[in-house]
Amino acid sequence: MHNLRGKTAIVGAADTAVGKVPDLSPTELCVDAALRALADAGIDKDEIDGLVTCQSMAEPHMYHAETVAEYLQIFPRYCVTANAGGGTTFSTIRNAAAAISAGICETVLISMADSLRSGLTRAQAMAMQSSTGHPQFEIPYGPTVPAYYALIARAHMDRFGTTPEQLAAVAVNGRNYASQRAGAQMSEIITVEDVLQSRMIADPLHLLDCSLVSDGGAAVVLTSAGKAKEHRGNPVYVLGMGEGHSHEHISQAKDLSTSAAVQSGREAFEMAGLTPAEIDLAQIYDCFTPVVLIELEDLGFCDKGEGGAFVESGATALGGQLPMNTNGGLLSYCHPGNPGSMFALTECVYQLRGESEQRQVKAARTALAHGQGGIMSSHATLILGHEDTL
Amino acid sequence: MSRHAGKFLPSPQPGTKPFWEGCRQGQLLLQKCDQCGAQQFYPRIICTSCSARSLQWVESSGSGTVVSWTIVRHPVSEAYAEDIPYVIALIKLREGPTMMSQIIDCEPESVHCGMQVSVCFQDWTDDVSMPMFRVCSDNDD
Repeated sequence: MHNLRGKTAIVGAADTAVGKVPDLSPTELCVDAALRALADAGIDKDEIDGLVTCQSMAEPHMYHAETVAEYLQIFPRYCVTANAGGGTTFSTIRNAAAAISAGICETVLISMADSLRSGLTRAQAMAMQSSTGHPQFEIPYGPTVPAYYALIARAHMDRFGTTPEQLAAVAVNGRNYASQRAGAQMSEIITVEDVLQSRMIADPLHLLDCSLVSDGGAAVVLTSAGKAKEHRGNPVYVLGMGEGHSHEHISQAKDLSTSAAVQSGREAFEMAGLTPAEIDLAQIYDCFTPVVLIELEDLGFCDKGEGGAFVESGATALGGQLPMNTNGGLLSYCHPGNPGSMFALTECVYQLRGESEQRQVKAARTALAHGQGGIMSSHATLILGHEDTL
Repeated sequence: MSRHAGKFLPSPQPGTKPFWEGCRQGQLLLQKCDQCGAQQFYPRIICTSCSARSLQWVESSGSGTVVSWTIVRHPVSEAYAEDIPYVIALIKLREGPTMMSQIIDCEPESVHCGMQVSVCFQDWTDDVSMPMFRVCSDNDD
C-alpha cells in the first residue's frame, strides 16, 4: 500500500457550540464549524479546493457537500458527502489524504454537523437511529440501538466476565474529562454507583452507559505536508490510517466480542511505525460503554478480555498510561450522530498543540482516534503526531 | 392481531419471499448450497461459504441456542410499548446460521446465554407471521 505517513497535516480545527444549539440549523452549524476551522487555520476559503461533509438527519440534502460549498461560495475540485458517521468519518480523512497525495486537490475542508436534539423529536431520533437494523430480519423485532449494543455487552460479559461496574467505569472516565472541558453537554461528576442506579434501558446497559443526543459540529483543514510547512502554528501530521469492515447487521457478526478494530488498528500502527505503548493519548469511540472495552483490546492497548480491568485500574485517567476520551467523548461531551467522530479528531489536534488546558496530557506527541459505525461493523483508526514525530 | 398494529413489518423481496411464505406455513426455511452443502440465513443469491449461485430451500429444525440477549425496557416506538419488557436475542440454529428474534412467553430475567430455544410463529397480519422463539422445556436449569 502507498505509504501516506506524514504526507498530510491538519492545520486548522474547531468545534461549534455543542449540546443544545437551537439557534442554528444543521446546515448553518456545518458552515459555522467550517468558518471556525478556517479562522483557526488562518487561511482564506478560496484556498480550499476540497470539501467533505456528512449527511444531516435533521436537515438532509441529497447533495449535502455541494449544498455547503454553494452556501460558503467555495468551488472545490473534490467534493464528497459521507453518508454515515462513526468510522466513516475517519475513512473520509483517509480518502482525503489519499486524494491530496495523488494531487487531486491540496487543501481539504472537512466539516460535519447535525442537530439531533433540536432538529428532531425524540421519537424521530429513535426511529432514525434504529433504522440501522436489517429491514426484514432485525427491525420488525423492535430492537433499539442500545439493544444492539447490549447484545455485544452481554456477549463480552459472558465470555470474559466483564462486570456492569467495569462498563460504568468507562462512563465515569468520560465524565471526569468532560467536567474539565468548557461547554461539554454533561459536566457534573458521576460515580460508578450513579451509572448503576440510572434507569435500565436495555440490560445490561443503563441510561449512563449510553451516549448523548446532541446538536453540534466540528471541522478540520487537511493539507499537504509541503503546504503545512509554510503554515504558521502547529501542524498535526497524519501518521497512520487503517480501516476494517466485518459485517453490517449485528446478527451477521462472526464474533460479538472481537471487532474489525483489530485490522484497522494493525494497519494504522504499521503505517505510523508505532506500537500501542508509544501512543500518548487516545479517543476511543464510545457510543456505548462496552464498545470502548472491545476497541481498547482490539487495538492492542490491553489483552483480550482485559478492557474492563484496564479502565477500572485508572489507566485511562489523566496521568494514567493512556489518557482516553479527554474531551468527555460521545458519552459526555457531544454526540450529534454522524458528525460524532469529528470531536475525537479535533480533541487530538488540541492535545497535540498543547491547548487542552486542565485536561492537557503532558508532552503529548502522538494521539490515536478510533471510530466505528453500523453496529460494531465499520472501523477506522487514525494516528496523529506532532511535527517531532515525523 | 391489533396488538401488532403499527409495528415494522418485513417487506418480502423476490429473493426472500419463499422464506416469508414458509413462515406463514409454520416452517423456518434456510438455504442449503448445492455445491458445498453449507446452510445459511438470511436468504441470498450466493452461498456465503463458497460463492456458488445454486441454493435450495430446506426446513430448519427450529432449534437453537441463545448466543446473546437483552431485555428492551424502552420501546423502539409506540407500537412496541405494549410488549415491554421484551427479550431480543441472537440465536444460533442447530444447522449453523445465527438469526435475531424475540424470546417470548418467558420470564425475561431467566434468559441466559447457552439456553436452548425453539421456533414458533406469531401471526402479525394476514400476510406476515414472525418467527419467534420459546424456551425449550428440556433446559437443564
